[in-house]
Amino acid sequence: MPDAYRKTMIRQIAQHAHSEIIGMQPEGNWVTRAPSLRRKAILLAKVQDEAGHGLYLYSAAETLGADREDLTARLISGAQKYSSIFNYPTLTFADVGVIGWLVDGAAICNQVPLCRSSYGPYARAMIRICKEESFHQRQGYELLMTMMRGTPAQREMVQDATNRWWWPSLMMFGPPDAESPNTAQSMRWRIKRHTNDELRQRFVDMTVPQAAALGVTLPDPLLRWNDERGNYDFGEVDWAEFKRVVAGNGPCNAQRIEHRRAAHEGGAWVREAAAVHAAKRAARKEAAA
Amino acid sequence: MGFDTAYEAISEEADTGHRWAFGTGCTDPLAGVDTTVPDGVDCADLGAYCLMLGDDALIMSHRLQQWLASAPELEEETALANIALDLLGQARLLLSRAGTADGSGRSEDDYAYGRGEREFRNVRLAEMADADFGGLIARLLVFSTWRLALLSRLRASRDPVLAAVAAQGVREVTYHRDYAARWAIRLGDGTDHSRERMRAGLAAAAPYAAELFERTHVERRLAAAGVAVDPPGLRSEFDEVLGTVLGEAGLEWADAPGLPGLGRAPGGTSAQAGSIGQAGRDGIHTESMGYLLAELQSVARAMPGATW
Repeated sequence: MPDAYRKTMIRQIAQHAHSEIIGMQPEGNWVTRAPSLRRKAILLAKVQDEAGHGLYLYSAAETLGADREDLTARLISGAQKYSSIFNYPTLTFADVGVIGWLVDGAAICNQVPLCRSSYGPYARAMIRICKEESFHQRQGYELLMTMMRGTPAQREMVQDATNRWWWPSLMMFGPPDAESPNTAQSMRWRIKRHTNDELRQRFVDMTVPQAAALGVTLPDPLLRWNDERGNYDFGEVDWAEFKRVVAGNGPCNAQRIEHRRAAHEGGAWVREAAAVHAAKRAARKEAAA
Repeated sequence: MGFDTAYEAISEEADTGHRWAFGTGCTDPLAGVDTTVPDGVDCADLGAYCLMLGDDALIMSHRLQQWLASAPELEEETALANIALDLLGQARLLLSRAGTADGSGRSEDDYAYGRGEREFRNVRLAEMADADFGGLIARLLVFSTWRLALLSRLRASRDPVLAAVAAQGVREVTYHRDYAARWAIRLGDGTDHSRERMRAGLAAAAPYAAELFERTHVERRLAAAGVAVDPPGLRSEFDEVLGTVLGEAGLEWADAPGLPGLGRAPGGTSAQAGSIGQAGRDGIHTESMGYLLAELQSVARAMPGATW
């Protein structure tokens, strides 16, 4: 395995694992306040799935010689990134549905091709993750459908959440191809199978009819069907905002990392106790043998 | 699933979301169970009893949910979420049963979101906030040891619904108790600091334990009718299990005087003379309960008439 391939895979898998773990925060934000017990159970199960995805992605990274503890330290120090989408706040319960619909939807577009990634352990992890993401997306969309059939205030909440998450969702596919230096290499290695712009277009084309079925307006006046191309045309993403958030200056960057750091450092004594206990047990077993 | 068509899953008509609805088991424990209230059982008492056990699970689950994204390790994130999900599933079944048993027709959500603090019937141990992971493990150990003793006896209830809920619950809470016991041993037999945190957690939970074994009039009547479990009868199993686990952990359970409730239990609702007085089962809670419910009910109450 070429060293550069190994490094790129570790970076990609770690970034994905970190995204799952940081992604628990914006959605976990609404678990205790979920307005029905059924929605609470669904959301709780979803956030639990994200922890599970993080676990097996870190395991996939470990098959390449990485170490979970070390990757966590890199997440907390900012040396490794996670998906910038989680640096936006979840302001109402409708955000739970819109994250399922748009954010998980975009993630699926990005991740489904990765089930055929050239690195087996990652590809196999992605198969399971994509199945669960697709389940989450359907649940998110179903929540929005239910809310759109509810009161005017609920419909307004859904539209407001759609307005806030639409553009950040389009940013999830990364910079335009012309400004994505790693794409060509990654495609040669078959760890990436489509360009950022191809996936973004695919996402827009699939989402527009869903928005219509839902009864919400996507906040883009330039969005219209282009018969010639056979695709939807859409407006320009605010790439300055994208760069700002990636660089650490989004609404929640500092909060998300600080939360993770506090949880990790606050749990250090627990992990240490488990290690000391395991060592004591092993010593006792040896002494008894 | 075709990988290039995963996205199409969104348009599927079939909603398989129900597999989340009842916790780990993914099956409806009430499938095929006769939901008629058995002869000679007081419907109001049965409804009240379902609320007690359902509120214990709902409120304990809420405190576990507050640990999400804050656990010391990823494995603990998944385990604690799983326990919270199991208890939430038990709560949903029990609150739903309360609404059919008492004849009010109220739904699980009516009970969870529509009641005021004084109408919640959970023991105060369930609502206690955790100081740290040691506190959580101590409280979970006490709670699940008691609940497992209770549910394993409730499997023999004359009410087929309670018996079915208990049968499923025993499988779940066996795991919860095992999880808490393993961590109690690790912390007790770990570092000096972890032993101290575990000891402090047990000391904090101890005053809430007496209430677990108090008997309300509802429980006394239903136990006599073969429907409910008589709480004082759970004490010996509780002591034995805690003794074994904590012995292994190099710790011990120190009985503490029960945390007083308010006044004396009034006739018709609570326990005998010499008891802790009115407490969780009578709707008398700790100060933390109001904040817990404010969080739990905020969205539902802010938007009356909304559908979720």
